[in-house]
Amino acid sequence: MLSDELRGEIRALLDQYEEPRSALMPAFWLAQQSDGHLAAEAISEIAEIVGVDPGYASGVASFYTMYHLRPVGRHVIQVCKTLSCRMAGAEDILEHLKAKLGINLGETTPDGAFSLCTSECLASCGTAPVMLVDDDLYENLTPERVDEILAQLGG
Amino acid sequence: MQEFRVLMGHDTPGYASIGVYRDHGGYEALRKALHQMTPTEVTDEVYWSGLRGRGGAGFCTGMKWRFIDRSSPVPKYVVVNADEGEPGTFKDRFIMEHVPHRVIEGILIACHAVGAAKAYIYLRGELALCRERLLTAIEEARRAGLLGASVLGSDFDVDIALHRGAGAYICGEETALLDSLEGRRAQPRLKPPFPAQAGLYGCPTVVNNIETLANVPLIVEHGAEWYRSVGAPNPAVDAAARTGGPPSGFGPDSPGTRVFSVSGKLNNPGVFEVPMGTPMSALFGLAGGLREGLELRAVIPGGSSAPMIGPEHFEIPLTFQTLADAGSMLGSGAVVFIDDQTCPVDLALNLVEFYEHESCGKCTPCREGGQWMRKVIQRIAHGQCREGDLELVRHVSDGIKGKCFCALGESIPAPVNSSLALFPEHWQYHIEHGSCPIGAKEYSHVG
Ligand SMILES: Cc1cc2nc3c(=O)[nH]c(=O)nc-3n(C[C@H](O)[C@H](O)[C@H](O)COP(=O)(O)O)c2cc1C
Ligand code: FES
Repeated sequence: MLSDELRGEIRALLDQYEEPRSALMPAFWLAQQSDGHLAAEAISEIAEIVGVDPGYASGVASFYTMYHLRPVGRHVIQVCKTLSCRMAGAEDILEHLKAKLGINLGETTPDGAFSLCTSECLASCGTAPVMLVDDDLYENLTPERVDEILAQLGG
Repeated sequence: MQEFRVLMGHDTPGYASIGVYRDHGGYEALRKALHQMTPTEVTDEVYWSGLRGRGGAGFCTGMKWRFIDRSSPVPKYVVVNADEGEPGTFKDRFIMEHVPHRVIEGILIACHAVGAAKAYIYLRGELALCRERLLTAIEEARRAGLLGASVLGSDFDVDIALHRGAGAYICGEETALLDSLEGRRAQPRLKPPFPAQAGLYGCPTVVNNIETLANVPLIVEHGAEWYRSVGAPNPAVDAAARTGGPPSGFGPDSPGTRVFSVSGKLNNPGVFEVPMGTPMSALFGLAGGLREGLELRAVIPGGSSAPMIGPEHFEIPLTFQTLADAGSMLGSGAVVFIDDQTCPVDLALNLVEFYEHESCGKCTPCREGGQWMRKVIQRIAHGQCREGDLELVRHVSDGIKGKCFCALGESIPAPVNSSLALFPEHWQYHIEHGSCPIGAKEYSHVG
């Protein structure tokens, strides 16, 4: 169930746009920020507020990779694996993270602290290799730097 | 050797805040546009400057604005493409983080020029710091009376909203972006109609890139002639100044500066603003050259969709025309230098994986072709090559080229064909020996 406060925020979004359907994506963001992921029930409730079919709404949600349709760890790590990061050793960073966290891509650590995935170019190719942890960008990564970051985040 | 125009002030402390930006003359171009120029005069100035789109296609910006029918009774929109996602490209992020008010000022002037009361910035979902900077800038501008009703005491009412993307490269394609903004799965639309005729909510819409718009306040403030005083303008346009003659902002006309994103195994990679027409070797020099022990083998001159070119083009002046003549493109201005320790088969595989992952699924050549191409190249890269695989790569490439719904699919063959053309022996070695001649590690995250 979306909280009353959240429902209010979503209704307020409708004024931003000529057509209410445009509020779907920002509403998904609000729900995900409050819940950690975007649950099927949240999508249905948002669909109702926005005035679209719930099946349509989940079709939109599933198109975009940043909406987590299933629960994820408290921190989501996305390692850029594209072109410049690949040339700068992104694969070594990934291997290091997998070993350190004991998980594969798409998995979450048993304590629920970290989920690990790859990402396409994060628009930071000049400081490759890079990764995002939640909203924060970490640049010029080395395995040692990754260890420091994990320690800071309280792995 | 850099020439800071778009990036002017980026190294001044506090320039991202409205106070410092205004202390340095910020928003005076908006004032001039509103109080001393008609919308048509603004559009004409931008047209005669020869400013061309920095998002990838390089279309003449003033011409795009002229396509908007200001007399139409329906709302008009300015939509800002801040979805920066072309591999190798990171200049829009730098611009948004360092000179956000120049972007906002450019958006406001564009709205005035085309008669839009509302602008949407479609910002890539991952760019959190840009989001923070832009939201702050919008709020600051609102409080300063630069945004909202009766801007700077004129009869111009305008608002800007920020729309956060959620991870999909295809949203950079302008019509897919509009679909996304309308709350749909982001798939490109059939053109025509172009956004200028029927864009957001079916209304006349200008879609422009961040860097394109950041050029606009400078053009309005200093004029088209000033703008054309650097770069590689077509002299025939200048000679015919405003009296007809060749069109401004097309073909060999590449005036102004360009903000390049430079990456690779370099000593000093980063964002550099240089005049158009600067030789690639000079950009390479600014980036400090390759790190010790590495040799230059190829360059991707305009983002992953631009075919790689060989070191024989090292002195090429960077303009729209020269790169097109060299069989590539200036694209998003992302220059990636490729060294001799980078496996060109692996590089092609990496970029095909990218396109496969980012295909929106709308058309078959892109959706199926990308996957098929990846599987075959993966076999070649990983020593599992089958008889005829190289021919198969060429065959799939032909099956994609010219047959896709949008430029995403059309870009799939670029890294593959250029890698094949530049490094035939390297591919042959993989095929014959099942291993990499330079001993590159095998990696792949798909399949
Ligand atoms: C697959 C694809 C991705 C694109 N990505 C971007 C992008 O991230 N940013 C951008 O400004 N333009 C991008 N473009 C180009 C836009 O479609 C459009 O040409 C541009 O936003 C127009 O603005 P401009 O004329 O100011 O360059 C992309 C095009 C395609 C086909
Ligand atoms: S390639 Fe990793 S940030 Fe661009």
